[in-house]
Amino acid sequence: MQIDWFPLWLSLRVAIVSTAIAVAAGLWIAYILANRDFRGKEALDAAVTLPLVLPPTVLGYYLLVLVGRASPLGRLWEAVFGSPLVFTWKAAVVAALLHSLPLLVKSARAALESVDRSYERAARNLGASEWRLFWRVTLPLARRSIFAAAALAFARSLGDFGVTLMVAGNIPGRTQTVAVAIYDAVEAGNGTLARTLVLVVSAAALLILGLANRLGPR
Amino acid sequence: MIQARLRKTFPPRPDSAGFSLDLEFHATAGVTVLFGPSGSGKTLVLDSIAGFVRPEEGRILLDDDILFDAAAGVHLAPQARHCGYVFQNYALFPNMTLRQNLEFAAERTPRLERHRRVNEMLERFRLNDSAGRRPHEVSGGQRQRCSIARALIGAPKLLLLDEPAQGLDAPLRAEFYDVLRQVRADFKTPALLVTHDLDECFELGEEMLILREGKIVQSGTPRRILDQPANLEVARLLGAFNLLAGEIRTLDPGRNTSRVQVGEFELNGPYFPGRLKGDRVTVCVRPEQLTVGARNGRPGPNQIPAELKRTIEKPHWMRLEFSGGIAVDLPRAEFERQRDNKEWVIQFPAESLRVL
Repeated sequence: MQIDWFPLWLSLRVAIVSTAIAVAAGLWIAYILANRDFRGKEALDAAVTLPLVLPPTVLGYYLLVLVGRASPLGRLWEAVFGSPLVFTWKAAVVAALLHSLPLLVKSARAALESVDRSYERAARNLGASEWRLFWRVTLPLARRSIFAAAALAFARSLGDFGVTLMVAGNIPGRTQTVAVAIYDAVEAGNGTLARTLVLVVSAAALLILGLANRLGPR
Repeated sequence: MIQARLRKTFPPRPDSAGFSLDLEFHATAGVTVLFGPSGSGKTLVLDSIAGFVRPEEGRILLDDDILFDAAAGVHLAPQARHCGYVFQNYALFPNMTLRQNLEFAAERTPRLERHRRVNEMLERFRLNDSAGRRPHEVSGGQRQRCSIARALIGAPKLLLLDEPAQGLDAPLRAEFYDVLRQVRADFKTPALLVTHDLDECFELGEEMLILREGKIVQSGTPRRILDQPANLEVARLLGAFNLLAGEIRTLDPGRNTSRVQVGEFELNGPYFPGRLKGDRVTVCVRPEQLTVGARNGRPGPNQIPAELKRTIEKPHWMRLEFSGGIAVDLPRAEFERQRDNKEWVIQFPAESLRVL
């Protein structure tokens, strides 16, 4: 039988985009958490981590309220991009971000904080701006842990189910990611499709995990 | 020239006693040593000058620049202070080669000159062969030279050294002293050196500040301080003295003499200005200023009979420890001549006596 590979490609695309955004935003948030002292710092940390512990349906519900077509954010998106956010593949990216971002922020904060402070002092003493200190000293010294965190975030983005289903829906050929497709195939009694997708996803996850372990701090 | 007045308080906490730094000093060209036990605030002084720590009160002036002024609310960023800092662990960036470490530090020099300057420093500090290696791939001596080169490449107005010879073995330590003497001659950058090693003070220091619990208890040239510690506290910190309880018996400013009772014996000493007859004092005399002899009947003037408790081998001399807690350092040959003495007397040369 003909296997529809679209869900796999869609998931890959969602995971790549979401990981890219998570790395960019996550590094920035982690940098602030690791270097700045301000009120509500731990509250920010908790807020970023919250999605890791909330049930997916709860998260999906919040997202629908937050970026649904009736919400201010949803209307803004529609005004700027000309089409709604929810029930598109971009919504699946947002759903994946909810889990990949906390993973990244947590690991990146720990990685940045574990860099010996005397290197940062030395860099400042030698006249380096905070920007150069971050890019030339702190980040290179923390990069293995951050790569590992990005790999984990990528793997996590590949397989989101609950939140994706709620905000992106299950539109075959448009928003049906691989996790949703597997659920669909099992429901429809399509064993071959389910088995194939399960095997491919498992292999990919194993591969990424192996990569993450090799990249991890030595 | 560096001029600093600093005050910073750390209130006591359940897990730590409080600490307060409160001192004022100035240092001109040459190496000024900050000497003191651990926890005396030496590194805190360096960190305040480098801008890593903000004191509560005071003022730091480097040449004509105000680095810090509490009253005026000035607290320059570390980047703007132009102080080269040699860290205790060197803090060479492990992700860069030695050359890249120097290049990183020279980023402020114009591009054309940067390359020349890096090469010049690599040459001067004998790092040419290891320039392409990373810090963990080179020897301790190379790491140390690289950290000094890195601190100097931006032409700082002041060099701050935080126990840079700590934990080095003897040859490396000697090499480091040579490097630093060379730096002193070539760069003429004034330096503040933190240490708790008395030998280092003498090897390198023109001036010496003795710190204890956040305060300066004495300052001067190392030689002067060793010759006349300001008080018992300083003498104990230097750890280089016999300290004996005594009482002043007579004082004669005209003949520049005095007599001090120590135990049941009287010792002749020089006149002690500012002391009164009957003052209870601590007699302070260095082990190498004392000599010993065999006892023949009654002890002569300025001799105290004592029992030899033990001898300790030192590289270039012998330390003899006597009853009453008196230590005497003798050249080896001298000890060999006397080693068969049955009973001993310790000779206190009159001019070597100090009282605290």
